[in-house]
Formats: sequence, C-alpha cells, structure tokens
Amino acid sequence: MRRYIVIRLLQTVVTLFILSMVIFGLVRLSGDPALLMLPETATEEDYRYMRAQLGLDKPIYVQYGIFITNALRGDFGRSIRTRRPVVESIRETLPNSMKLVGVSLFITIILGFPLGIIAAAKKDTYADTFARVIAGLGQSLPTFWVGLMMIQIFVVLLGVLPASGMGSWRHYLMPSACLGIFVMAGVVRLLRSSMLEVLDSEYIRMARIKGVSERVIVWKHALRNSLLSVLSFGGMYIAIMITGAILIETVFAWPGFGRLAYASIVNQDFPLIQGIVLTSGAVVMVTNLITDILYAYLDPRIRYRL
Amino acid sequence: MVRLWLHLKQVLLKERFSRFPILPGGIVFIFIFLAIFGESLAPYLPNEMNLRERFLPPFWQEGGTMGHPLGTDMLGRDMLSRIMAGARVSFIVAVLALTLGGLTGTVLGIISGYYGGKVDAILMRSADATLAFPIILLAMLLAIILGPSLQNVVISLGLVLWARYARVIRGEVLGFKERDFIALARVAGSSDFRIMFRHLFPNIRSTLVVLLTLQVGWVIIVEASLSFVGAGIPGPDPVWGSMISKGRDYVTMAWWIPFFPGVAVSVVCLSFNTLGDWLREALDPKLRQVIGGG
Repeated sequence: MRRYIVIRLLQTVVTLFILSMVIFGLVRLSGDPALLMLPETATEEDYRYMRAQLGLDKPIYVQYGIFITNALRGDFGRSIRTRRPVVESIRETLPNSMKLVGVSLFITIILGFPLGIIAAAKKDTYADTFARVIAGLGQSLPTFWVGLMMIQIFVVLLGVLPASGMGSWRHYLMPSACLGIFVMAGVVRLLRSSMLEVLDSEYIRMARIKGVSERVIVWKHALRNSLLSVLSFGGMYIAIMITGAILIETVFAWPGFGRLAYASIVNQDFPLIQGIVLTSGAVVMVTNLITDILYAYLDPRIRYRL
Repeated sequence: MVRLWLHLKQVLLKERFSRFPILPGGIVFIFIFLAIFGESLAPYLPNEMNLRERFLPPFWQEGGTMGHPLGTDMLGRDMLSRIMAGARVSFIVAVLALTLGGLTGTVLGIISGYYGGKVDAILMRSADATLAFPIILLAMLLAIILGPSLQNVVISLGLVLWARYARVIRGEVLGFKERDFIALARVAGSSDFRIMFRHLFPNIRSTLVVLLTLQVGWVIIVEASLSFVGAGIPGPDPVWGSMISKGRDYVTMAWWIPFFPGVAVSVVCLSFNTLGDWLREALDPKLRQVIGGG
C-alpha cells in the first residue's frame, strides 16, 4: 500500500512538472513572452525590465528554472489589470469558489445518489425513466444558459432571489442548483450503469439465492461496489466542477476563482490566467491522488496493478 | 460498396433497430442540413443589420411581426436567420474536433490495448491526466496567448476527445485481444499492424459510432461554453455561444436574444444524445464504458 502511495505521489509531481512545461512552452510559442506579461501602456523601460526578469536573454533551461523557482515560491507575477500579485487574487477568490462547490457537491450527492440507485434498482419503471430524463437534460442543457434563464425567471419576473454576488444563503440557491444539477446528471448515469452491472453479477445472485432481502442487496452490497466506480471518476468530476464553476460564477457574478478566470480573458491578463491554470492543475492532480489512494484502500486489487 | 449497403440494410432491419427515435433523428438531420445549406435558406442575411428594427420581440408578443418570427437582436439582425446560420459553425467544430480527437484516440487506444505493458501504462496515464484537466482553462489560455480562433477550439477539444476515445477503445481491444480469431491470425503469420486494423478494428466499429454520436452533443455544448466566456470562435458570423453571451446584457429587456440560441444548443445536443443512447442499445447493450461523465 505504501509503495502504491509513493509511486502515485511521484507520478503526480511528474505530471505537475509536465503541465508547467506545457504552459511554459505555449507561452514561448506566442512569440514574445515579455509582451504577454505587460499591459499595452508599458514603456520601453518596462519592457526591458520584464525581459530581464524573465531572463529572456538566457538559455531556455535557465528561463524555465526561473519560472519554476518563482512558481514554487508562490510568485506567479502580477496581474496586468490590477497590478497586484496573482497569488493574492487567487488566495482571495479560491475560498469563495470552494464554498460554492461544496454546496453544489452536497446537492449533487443528496439528489444524485438516490436517483441513480433507484433508477438501477427499479429499472424500466417510471422512476428509472424519470431519473434518465433528468440526467439527459442535465447533460444536454448548457449550464450558463440555464443560469441566465433562472435569473430571468426568479429575479426579474418573480423578484424572489438576488441576481448576483455572494452574501446571504439566498445567493447560494441558484448558482449551486445550476452547478449541482449539471454534475448530478453525470453521477446519476454513472451510478445507474455501474449498479446495473453489479446487480447482474454472480455474487449478487448468490446473495439472492441465500435469501438476503432485496433492500440489503441494493443498499449494502451493490452500492458499495458502485461507489467505487464513481470514485474512480473523481478526478474527471473535479474538472467538470471547475469548468462549471467558471461558467456559473461568470453568470451569477460570484466572486470566485472561476470569475477571476473569466476576468483574465476579458482583460487579456496573461499572468493571471497562467497562475489560474497552474493552480487548477495542482488542485486536480491532488484530488486525483486522493481519490486514487482512497480507491486503492477500498479495492486491494488496484494496489498491485499500476 | 454494395456489400456495405447490403450489410447495413441487414443490420438496420433487425428487431432492435425498430424503436428508432424519430424526433431526435429528424432534428439531427435538420441540424446537419442547416449546417450545410442554412445560410442560403435563411430569410435574411445573418449579419444584415437594420437599426430601425432593433429589439423586435418574437411574433407572438406585442410588437413582433411574422417577418422576424423569432425577433431581432440589438443590431436589428434577424434571430431566426442567425440561428440557422449558427448551425454551421457548431457543425464544423464538431466534425473537425471529432475527426482529430477520434482518429488519434482510436489509433492510440488500439495500440495501447494491443501492446499492453509500458506503452499502455504511459498512454493511459497521459489520458487520465488529460481528462482530469478542465479543458475550458486550456482553451482560455490558448485564447489569450494565440488569440481566439476556430483552430484553438478544435485543438482544445481534440485534446480532450483523444483521451476519451483512447480509454474506451483500449478497453474494447483488451476484451477482444484474447479471442480465438486474433490468436489464429497471429498463428497464420499476420503482422501486428494487420491484426490491429484488419481484425480488431471492424469489431470496434460499432463502439466508435456510438461514441462519436454521443460526443457530438458534448462538443457542441463545450464549444458554446467556450464562446460564452470569450475563448471560442470570434467573428461577425453567428456562433450560438457568443449569441448567448452578447445577449446576456440585454436579457432583462430582450429575453429572446439569449434564449433562442440556448434552445438551439439544447435541442441539438439532446437529440444527438438520445440518438447515441438508442444506437448504444441497438448496437451493443453490453457497452457500459460509454457512459459519458459530461
């Protein structure tokens, strides 16, 4: 088990480095990295200063070295628009996003799990069809559009909810509903199909022959194994959540990480997006690591297969 | 060619194809038709501005006319025409991205599954790492560095798609690898290449078709999302995602501007997904890997 953890840890570190190299490479691709890092009002002197900072006259591996040591120290440069260190902006907004994601995940789990389980256990009944329709809609409707329409209905027409920002519990309702339902669709489908697979397997049939009640079979035996399936997709779900967060935060003006990303595009703020991408990469990798280790803990067969 | 058609006819006439979802199928057909011919069929030019007829509501509301059944936008452009023309961009992006990602992913998936070992491990790890990364960020990064463009969107999408295809195809190959006909081919002296593409590939064709259909909807939504945040396809030509984005500022007084493009995206995506689900049931009910987590 320990060996598995160590190997996965190493893989994570390697992947993070590869990500940083990809970003580094992409930047150099664009022509002039110094130009990217400076606002349009920069002077000749600013430009020369930036070139020196990035070490653009030095060999490429030295440039990468500068880039990496800065990144590890938490220095991602300064935002072009606000002139503040990128790290500060990220540090301010990340907790807000995490709160939103937390509430959304709660909704996803509370709604998604029962739906998925029931859909599988009562396959081809109305409950199943209902769950599948919800899941289908969740995957076909663009979240940002749904969010926009929700604002139109609940804020403009009905006037019951605030349009934007973060404040009372009311502010959480629409954004987390949007984000949660969006992710929930995927979870429902995944849970349903993995439960269906498990419910068909031999040991479940054995349990039925033994006389174990259907309830115990579904909720204890089948569920445990299906959860593993869902867990293994954990990394992908974080990516989906981050994507969703960017879109939803933009629509609802939620002061989070995602909206920061949107602002960086609007302002062509390269240092900011660079910091955001690196941070996201790290978050995703770490989540992957945690879910993989958890998965290996729960399913011993994985530990010996890499 | 004739053989292919006969085979297709034989397959299609089987029982399990009897519940063909007509409505989604029809919508998909209309979508592709519009993508190819849309611009010539639209009642107005999609970019034709008419500042005296701005913000006209849809025809069933007061102030609307049948001349502009879905209303006009902030520059007086006809909504219906723009939506019809917008199908083209979505279609092109889907075709390009799926070709790029699908081809790469399938080839790599076959190789990975067939050879196993280190190659397999490295490829699958890369695929997992790629899948776990939010592509919207990559697209945004590319949009800032290189400027938003069609190729950036296609590249970003292709990067994610290859990983999905590779994983699923590899799984299928693993299933077939141990079968007798492969062993027989090997004994008969077939080269690896021949085995992979003459024997393995025809068996995973149906999986590929299902995957392709299911992914179209996803591609369309992602492209719309990218356009929404400004990392998508620029330009005066109508793009559904950008129409929603630009319409956002006017939603309170002209709700139809962001509303109808969103309906278009939703309907097309839903149709492709339904079609894909039906295909999956019909072609290979055992195919559980293709669940699509979004």
